[in-house]
Amino acid sequence: MGVRARLKDLAGLEDKFVSGHGLCPGCGIPIMLRLVLRATEYPIVAVNATGCLEVCSSGFPYTAWKIPWMHNAFENAGATAAGIEAAYKALKRRGKLPGGDKKIKIVAFGGDGGTYDIGLQSLSGAMERGHDIVYICYDNQSYANTGGQRSGATPFGASATTSPAGTKLPGKLQWRKNLTEIMAAHGIYAAQASVSHWKDLFMKAQKALEIDGPAFLNVLIPCPTEWKTKPEDGVRLAKIAVDSKVWPLYEVENGKYKINYYPKKEVDVVEWLKPQGRFAHMFKPGNEWMIEEYRRRVNEEWERLVRLTKA
Amino acid sequence: MAERKILNGNAAVAEAIRQIDPDVVAAYPITPSTAIVEYIAKFVADGLMSAEFVTPESEHSAMSMCVGASAAGARVFTATASQGLALMFEILYIASSLRLPIVSGIANRALSAPINIHGDHSDTMGARDSGWIQIYSENSQEAYDNIIQAFRIGENPDVSNPVMVGMDGFILSHAVQDMLVEEDSKVKAFVGERKPLYNILDVDHPITVGPIDFTDYYFEHKRSQFVGMENAPKVILEVAEEFKKEFGREYGFFELYKMDDAQLAVVVIGSTAGTAKVVVDQLREDGKKVGLVKLRVYRPFPAKELADVLSSMRAVAVLDRAASPGAVGGPLFTDIRASLYEYEKRPILVDYIYGLGGRDIAPKHIAGVYERLERIAATGERGELIGYINLRE
Amino acid sequence: MRKLGWKELPPGAINPWAGNFMEVKTGSFRGGLKPVFHEEHCIHCLFCWVFCPDNAIIVEDGKVRGINYDYCKGCGICTVECPTSPKSLTMEKEELQL
Repeated sequence: MGVRARLKDLAGLEDKFVSGHGLCPGCGIPIMLRLVLRATEYPIVAVNATGCLEVCSSGFPYTAWKIPWMHNAFENAGATAAGIEAAYKALKRRGKLPGGDKKIKIVAFGGDGGTYDIGLQSLSGAMERGHDIVYICYDNQSYANTGGQRSGATPFGASATTSPAGTKLPGKLQWRKNLTEIMAAHGIYAAQASVSHWKDLFMKAQKALEIDGPAFLNVLIPCPTEWKTKPEDGVRLAKIAVDSKVWPLYEVENGKYKINYYPKKEVDVVEWLKPQGRFAHMFKPGNEWMIEEYRRRVNEEWERLVRLTKA
Repeated sequence: MAERKILNGNAAVAEAIRQIDPDVVAAYPITPSTAIVEYIAKFVADGLMSAEFVTPESEHSAMSMCVGASAAGARVFTATASQGLALMFEILYIASSLRLPIVSGIANRALSAPINIHGDHSDTMGARDSGWIQIYSENSQEAYDNIIQAFRIGENPDVSNPVMVGMDGFILSHAVQDMLVEEDSKVKAFVGERKPLYNILDVDHPITVGPIDFTDYYFEHKRSQFVGMENAPKVILEVAEEFKKEFGREYGFFELYKMDDAQLAVVVIGSTAGTAKVVVDQLREDGKKVGLVKLRVYRPFPAKELADVLSSMRAVAVLDRAASPGAVGGPLFTDIRASLYEYEKRPILVDYIYGLGGRDIAPKHIAGVYERLERIAATGERGELIGYINLRE
Repeated sequence: MRKLGWKELPPGAINPWAGNFMEVKTGSFRGGLKPVFHEEHCIHCLFCWVFCPDNAIIVEDGKVRGINYDYCKGCGICTVECPTSPKSLTMEKEELQL
């Protein structure tokens, strides 16, 4: 559909997710949402897993949504969206859609808790069955809604409330799960984006919404509250994540890997780690190995990704 | 014309679903309800149904899909049993809280551990507070008839509530019986069209479904949810009345068997009623004033109607095919006992737990229960409150 | 909004009042700092608009017109992402409105 990726044009479109919501100052979720909700001219029906976005946008008797929106539970946004899609297909076929026959897109939103972890099975099932839905993970790298517990998306080294940096253990010891590739392995369109690179995100959302079938986006969302950063630094940090190759922008389409953005200059992982309080302990004497390990793994994964684009 | 067929319970349920042809069927196979899903899959594959048939990766997702589909205004069916229903547990509450009609066929089966695939009522009894209407069947005919009525009951706008229809696993789900299958067009016409209370697909009138409530609204929302269940008894009887007019078979909250002048009664749910009727017939031949109450509708619980019948008995035994450890008896027993509290004249009550994990209950066991009721009536002495039938010491 | 009694609530806990969160003014989230717009430096790139989590940058005909303090939570992203030099948006002290 013909929405141009120009901010002047986009700013002229109505906000379907309105102000007044209770998300934290500096939260990156609405930045993602305002772009995604503008990326198609088809009406969107949204599904939301339990999490920050759901809680902060739907506190009865208020709602920030000007589109149909549904929350079912934490681990079932994939199945719920699939159920709505199945109903849509059946009612369309039988001429029973409210408001007549029209194309509608069903988009599910889940945080990293609801997507990487508790909702992965439901999401995998929905994608395997080929429902015409777009699933967008707003990955802020922790269970931010409940106060910052570790998730499968929490980066190595980060201190989270269930992987705290203590005198014996230096934060989370496991690397993050590679969800984008897990989803790509379903043979669907899967892409990784960041709110900092709005145009890339917008165009991936457009592509995902145009596909007749399942599509998945994993979007890096700055969370000043749980990253322990200043609220104004979120977008800047998300950009550093991309430039330091911590969060590569890439997509997998028809099995082909494509890196959408090659950082122009070398940015060391320290620039990503240093401003964030959750990594502060990594800069203490004796923990130098953690930064080394972080750097080594980031480079290793980047090189692997580059190889995949050439496969 | 209605057609006489020999069908097991699963086939009977699937036959009703073929005729109704809902908008969405989302179900996960589990013994002993698997065949319902398989029959439907074949109907769809053979073009006998045009429903959107989806095979989720778990019962949790099956029920989650049903919730999504029902919120989208679709007529929705699923089927499950035992562990599957237990896995759905979280979403059962969401379905009823959002006032979403969904019909679920249940082949009642024991809950693990130990794992056991045979019939008892532990699964649905565990879901008795989930806000679902619960209807139970004695045989294939009833399973078929109950499924047809369940759509009308659950989708009635005054009710708008999910409904589960139970039949005993294996005993009914897998045993063939002679029954009547009504004409497709008549069944379709009887069920009619669903008119949803709201529709998430109505993009011109966007609504927010499943919000978060804080302390200032949760309680009010819960209270308003209960209206559907409160309206259900009237609608259940109206639908039964219409069903009788259309198809000739009679249904209510419960069936009374030789209760007119009875002094001793047994209350039971499901297939065991068939066995118990044989025993009642034999005892009646001997001149004993015994009767049977077969409960069909467990939620909403027909407390007053049931107590009106039971209060004049001298002794009553309740047969529970599910236990409730630490409670004052099985689920059915505690409900019946509570229902009789308001009555000055009431019978001596005893409870029996029976049939767990598919353990047989034979006529001799039920005859034993009536013998005990006779002794209780004669001596006024009750003895143990909770007994166990056909259990080795 | 008056708190509704249980008999007044829409069925199934739905909320039919789409977008009524606008009634809640989140400007109260600000903790003593607010962004101030300096039109004379602005190139209208709209980065402030796209990166604002609260739809608080007022844009008319593709031009930044100011800040909606009813909703601005004072996060300051707009001032960091503003590419002009000097900045078209700066954080300045404000009296806390309690």
